[in-house]
Formats: sequence, C-alpha cells, structure tokens
Amino acid sequence: MRQFRSMVYPYVVWIAIMIVVPMLMILLYAFTGEGNDVTTFRFTLENFGRFFSDAVFLDVLKRSLIIAIFTTIICVLLGYPIAYAIATGPEKSKMFWILMITLPTWINMLVRTYAWVGILQDDGLLNSFLGLFGIGPFKMMYTTFAVVLGMVYNFIPFMILQIHTSLAKMDKSLLEAASDLGANRMQCFLRVTLPLSLPGVLSGITLVFLPAVSSFFIPKLLGGGQYVLIGNVIETQFLTSGDWNFGSAISLIMAVIIMISMYLTRKVDTDPAANGRGE
Amino acid sequence: MEEKRHRIGAKLILGITALFFYLPILYIIVFSFNDSRSLTKFSGFSLRWYEKMFSDSAMMQSVVYTIVIAILATIISTVAGTLAAIGLSRSRKALRNVVEQVNNLPIMNPEIVTAIGLLMFFSALGINKGFTTLLLAHIMFCTPYVILSVSPKLRSLDPNLADAALDLGATPLQALTKVIVPQIMPGIVSGALIAFTMSFDDFIISYFVTGNGVNNISILVYTMSKRVNPSINALSTLVIAIITVVLIVVNVVPIIKEKRRKKV
Repeated sequence: MRQFRSMVYPYVVWIAIMIVVPMLMILLYAFTGEGNDVTTFRFTLENFGRFFSDAVFLDVLKRSLIIAIFTTIICVLLGYPIAYAIATGPEKSKMFWILMITLPTWINMLVRTYAWVGILQDDGLLNSFLGLFGIGPFKMMYTTFAVVLGMVYNFIPFMILQIHTSLAKMDKSLLEAASDLGANRMQCFLRVTLPLSLPGVLSGITLVFLPAVSSFFIPKLLGGGQYVLIGNVIETQFLTSGDWNFGSAISLIMAVIIMISMYLTRKVDTDPAANGRGE
Repeated sequence: MEEKRHRIGAKLILGITALFFYLPILYIIVFSFNDSRSLTKFSGFSLRWYEKMFSDSAMMQSVVYTIVIAILATIISTVAGTLAAIGLSRSRKALRNVVEQVNNLPIMNPEIVTAIGLLMFFSALGINKGFTTLLLAHIMFCTPYVILSVSPKLRSLDPNLADAALDLGATPLQALTKVIVPQIMPGIVSGALIAFTMSFDDFIISYFVTGNGVNNISILVYTMSKRVNPSINALSTLVIAIITVVLIVVNVVPIIKEKRRKKV
C-alpha cells in the first residue's frame, strides 16, 4: 500500500509553486500600494476604496452582475425544457442528443463567438430571416442582446448537461406512484420531477454564472470596444494601464462575489425545505 | 394522444436546439469559402482565404505554436497527472484532501483570476513571457483535469493487485506499467483528450501569460477580429477540422482495435 506513495510529492511541490503562490500574489498585490519592492510592502485598502468610490466602476460591476444573472435565468428557462426533452425521449436517441450538446463545447469558444459576428450584422442572416416575415431589420451587433446571446450560446450546454444528469438519475417509479395516487401530468411534474431535478439546476446555475460574470472576450467581440464588463476592466488594468494592485483588488472583489453566489446556491441545495427531498 | 403531442413538442425543441448550436459553426465554415470579403453575402466558391491563410506567416506560426504546445502540454500533464493520481490514491487522507482542494482551484476559479496570478508570478521570477511561460501555464491548468479523470478509475482498482505483483517479484516499475496503468488506461486516455482540447482551445490564460510574438490561434483570432478579415473564417474552419479529427480518432480507434481483437 505504501508503494508509489512518494509519487505524489513532486506534484505537491508543483501545485504549491504554480497554484498557491500565484493566488497569494493576487492577495498581496490587492492589499498593497504601488511601487512594491521586495523589501518594502505598504499595506493599504486604497485599491478597494478606489473601486467602491468610483461611480464608473460601480456601474460596470452592476452591469456585469445584471448580465450574468440575466444570462443564467435564460439558460435555466431554455435549458430545462431541452434537458427534459432529452431525458424523457427514447433511450436510443439520448446518447445522440447528449453528444450533440457536448460536441460544440469541444470547439474553441472564441471561434464559436466570432461565428455570430456575421449572423448578427445589420444585413446578416438573422435580420434577413426576420425580413421574410416583414420584421426588422434590428441593430443587433454591439448591443446587450448580442452579448447575452453570445454568453447563452457558450454556456448553456453546461446547464443542459447538469439538468439532464439529475433528471436521468431520477427514480421513474416515483412518477408511477404519483400518478397511481391520482396526480395528473402537471402535478407529477411540479411535485416530483421538478424538486428532484433542482440539484442539477443549481449546479448548472453555478457553471453558467461563474464564466458569465468573469467573461471578457464575449463583450469585446459582440459588444464592441465600448462595452465594458468587470472582466474587461481587469484586462485593461493588467495589459494596458499596468496597475496590477488595482487589477488584483478588482479580481478579488469578483472572486468574493462568485464565492458568495456559490455559497448561496449550495445553501439552497442543502436546505431540505427548498428542494423537497426532506432529508 | 397527449403522449404523441408531447413527443412532437420534444422533437421541435431539440431541432431548434441543434440549429442554434450548429448554425454558427456551419456559417463560419461556409463563409470561409466565400469569394468576397463580405461576412453576410455569399458570392461564390473560392479557396482564396485558405491561400491567404497558408501564406500568412503570423497565422501559420500560431497554428504551429498551438499544436506544439498542445502536444507537449498533453504528454507532460498526462504523465505527471497519472503519476500524481496514483501517488495520491495511496497517500494519507489529510494530504489527499489538501491536494484535491488545491487541484480544484484552477478548475473552480474564473480563468481570468488564474491568468493574472500566473502573469504576476512569471514576472516576479523574471521569466520572459513567451513559449516557456505558455507551456508552463498550460501544464498547470491541464494536469488537474487529468487527475480528476484518472482518480475515479484508481478508486475502483483493487489495491492488492499491485501488491501481489510486487510479492511475485515484479519491480515497482513493472508493477506500475504492467499492472496499474493498463487497468486505468480509459481514465488516462480521457484525461489526455481533455488536456489536449483544453490546451488547444485555450484563450484567456494564454492571452495573459504569453508575449514576445508567441501567439496561439485563439489570441490571433481575438486580435484580428477587430477588422473584417475572412482569413479568420479559414483559420476557424481549420481549428474545427483539427478538433473533429482528434475526437473521431480518439473515439473510433478503440472500436477498431476491439473489432480486430475479436477477430483474432
């Protein structure tokens, strides 16, 4: 049993250096002022003060949160029926549809986002299609619509797969029992299927909200240079203005928001009253 | 009757879903063969954007860097991740918990946070941004996925097998390569596949840690997309083709092998 145990030690050293140290550096930079030297650190909360006292940054934070929440809600509303359609379908087609949903996630996200640029143009495919019905044309590129669409397109597979997993795990005899006891289709769904699939919805929410709130190339590609979300501010601090202290503080704020939202979803998940498992 | 209506509804939903997922991908492939610069009007078939792509040294260089980095990162992270996972499965619980937690950090963290951490770390060490930093970063974020995909296979492995091999006179290396590794091979292969596609497709972390003209395909698409440039469509189609071929090879080769084995 003890054989091979030592094989983990090089990896322990590696993750200590490559994962833990960089994370600590973000903390260090976030709480120190400019002009750090190896020997002198000036600890300060200035970076956070600067962020929360500037209306521009607070606006960006608000917009990022609203867009991420909006994206997440759309992913739940669209993803649930899709996952449900797959899970309740014939056994043979299940594998096929899961493959169909998974395949695009293997293709470069940037390429898939860029693909929408042509479709969303003023004279693009979507406007031409709407034109057939005499609707539009609408301005779509460089709008919030395009940004949310890009996020939903990229992140909804995670939602569908999570919900499908929890629906597939469900004990089908529970539904039979419910209908034997006189429940109609709607009641079966609302009181049996939905509560049992809630854990899948919640982990789907985490998997969509996290990349949505931190995304920076989707707003840039589909929202244009003027469309700034929190990820874009971090990018600018590190790659253009070179203010690493401020940039670290912003990413720390973002990380805390994500942790709080994950904690909240997990809390709903373990709260027996909320998911009806009664455990 | 209700059941039938339900099935039609489900088919409709799935049809629209397939259209939503695959239309943009098809669109970019079709327009890579467009005769004009337009992204919206298809004016005829031509290979001019492919010619342009193959004669563009920056594009070709990015393709080479992307493939070289992906192959190196896959090999290194698969070997390192497999060894670490085997070691981990036999270490004390406390250590295992800590390593698993830290291992999950790059998976759970937003990529941009991992990216800026690495950027500051490399610059503190004074390593020049470029090939080395890119490769180190890719190994760093690929290995956790290999461990995640190998570990479940190790949990279902009988620990006595390796001990039996050792008792019967196998060297530790033989026990490793002849007993343990063959049993966990499916986990290693799927870990390697995840590592390859993660590295091949990565944008955010690469974008922050690279420099000095070393670009991968994603970075090039990002910087070029500010202006209309149909060569991007050709490059994107190339990316889609490479990933498709890799997925087919990984999924089809085991089936062919299995068939051959049955014949013999």
